[in-house]
Amino acid sequence: MLSLDQIKLRIEQAVPGARVELVPNGALADQASLWLDAAHAVECARFLRETPDLSFDYASNVTGVDWPDTTVKTKVKKVVEGQETDVEESVVKPGFLEAVYHLYSMTRKHGPLVIRLRTANRTDSVRLPSFTPVWRGAEFQEREIFDLFGIVFDGHPDLRRLLMWDGFQDHPMRKDYVEPDDYEYEPTPHDEVLEKAQSRAAKEANA
Amino acid sequence: MATAQTISFREPASHAAEVPKSAVMGEDLQELQGDKLVLNIGPSHPSTHGVLRVVVELDGETITKAMPDIGYLHRGDEKIAENMTYNQFVPYTDRLDYLAPLANNVAYALAVEKLMGIHDKLPPRCQYIRVICCELARISAHLLGVGCFAMDVGAMTVFLHTFTEREKIYNLIESLTGARFTTSYTRIGGMTRDLPPGWVDQCRKFLDEVVVCFAEVGSLLTRNRIWVDRTRDVGVISKELAINYGLTGPNLRGSGVAYDVRKAHPYLCYSDLEFDVPVGSVGDSYDRYLVRMEESQQSVRLLHQCLDKLPGGADNRSKEPFHVQDGKTVLPPKDKVLTSMEELIHQFMLVTQGVNAPPGEVYFGAENPKGELGFYINSRGGGTPYRLKIRAPSFVNLSILPAILPGHMMSDMVTILGSLDFVMGECDR
Repeated sequence: MLSLDQIKLRIEQAVPGARVELVPNGALADQASLWLDAAHAVECARFLRETPDLSFDYASNVTGVDWPDTTVKTKVKKVVEGQETDVEESVVKPGFLEAVYHLYSMTRKHGPLVIRLRTANRTDSVRLPSFTPVWRGAEFQEREIFDLFGIVFDGHPDLRRLLMWDGFQDHPMRKDYVEPDDYEYEPTPHDEVLEKAQSRAAKEANA
Repeated sequence: MATAQTISFREPASHAAEVPKSAVMGEDLQELQGDKLVLNIGPSHPSTHGVLRVVVELDGETITKAMPDIGYLHRGDEKIAENMTYNQFVPYTDRLDYLAPLANNVAYALAVEKLMGIHDKLPPRCQYIRVICCELARISAHLLGVGCFAMDVGAMTVFLHTFTEREKIYNLIESLTGARFTTSYTRIGGMTRDLPPGWVDQCRKFLDEVVVCFAEVGSLLTRNRIWVDRTRDVGVISKELAINYGLTGPNLRGSGVAYDVRKAHPYLCYSDLEFDVPVGSVGDSYDRYLVRMEESQQSVRLLHQCLDKLPGGADNRSKEPFHVQDGKTVLPPKDKVLTSMEELIHQFMLVTQGVNAPPGEVYFGAENPKGELGFYINSRGGGTPYRLKIRAPSFVNLSILPAILPGHMMSDMVTILGSLDFVMGECDR
């Protein structure tokens, strides 16, 4: 298999305007990944699949990863009342949702090539292009990510909940998911459900 | 007394011709002809092997549309994994493909070891024992797969034969791990224990017996007219379709693609062992059955090689290690913990914090009986995964149903589901 730098160069030559970034991997150097920008992602994917010497014809694994907002505290020098002092400023780094694809080639028997797509944030712009038209094997896995993480895949042929039931509201694999006191309506809560409801009410009162 | 010849009867066909059509079928009924019937199969149905629900649209007896509905066994294993240490998750892997728990244990342990960078430091005895586990699990799963497939199609006897052999595998697994079903045998960096005394001979005896069973099953099915009629050219999956849908395992190889993770991306000591990868020619249910039968034979071949080459031999007189020796991954021996300071600290850290994995991510896929079982682990350092994803072969394999079911008769659906050999435990996770 070509090195990631070479693949990055090839993509940039083949798909004009595509932004590709190399994302290093702390644990395994040979499983570093390529970040693709959402606007050109499908074109890049087609290129990866159809170029004879790459021919990544098999999308083995599709994963969603949730990265919540993080607060980064930095010390900034500021002039307060004529004196220069260190002031701690906290900046909120917006979180994002990530879809990670592991591509292999069955014909050339190489891989994995790891590519990742990222949404702009976790709330209102959670759309990503779907790779199901390129690799049909991604169909169920993208549906699962839609179900459990809430990434909306544009171009997916059948985007419905898969593991959770249709009336389910939330996305349980998100890091900030809070499970309800009970999954069914209970007119007079008792036992475990009542305990849960009370502890939740106490927490909300404190906050 | 009237003999059979004297009884006058009319052939049903000629009888039907006499009756005018409008008399049999009222105008209302004629209008109904051509209407599609939506039929719900499952989630509790003998041919769906668990809790798969398929909604099919029928035109007469022909399926025109199929929609699999899964998730009835969803337990949130991936979310559970985020709240426990790496070793604590091992028992949960038993419950993925519950027909081959040993193979799941091995695949999971290898994924975490790859993340920690110790997968190439596994001692040879450990690698061989793990291959033995994987191949035993493969034989067990394929015996059940073929047995259930045959039972769904109406050949009950095969199931009884294969289950007799599976019982022997369970006995072997019981003496190896202490449990028959939920084995939890591996730990990160090794196994819970070495082979028990006399186990290798028991295993050899089993291998001699199981090949007889393969021959019996083969003679019951392979050239059985009914079996061939029910399975040949039913549920044909072309090479391109199989690759595009990401099929793996015997279902992919039945379509003629010689892709086996053990050969394409070797792990453990598979590169030192000799085995063939059987492939089908047409891609129909019959081919998938043949591939499973041949794969079981190859597993026997692999097991014989492993038992012969096993470093340290059957009773491990030379005290070959069976887990990594760095002291910080596997629990130290108990006598050392009670007498030595360093081991006590390691024991304490391992129990409270878990094995320490570096920040980063890893994907590792292993060839399980059903296909490629992959684990994606995203770690931020420490003893618990930040995200653990299970790439279950049955989950991906099932997505092909809407593509291959339409055009088949209702009764062929049973054949196709049987030939795909899925497990809902790993599909729904």
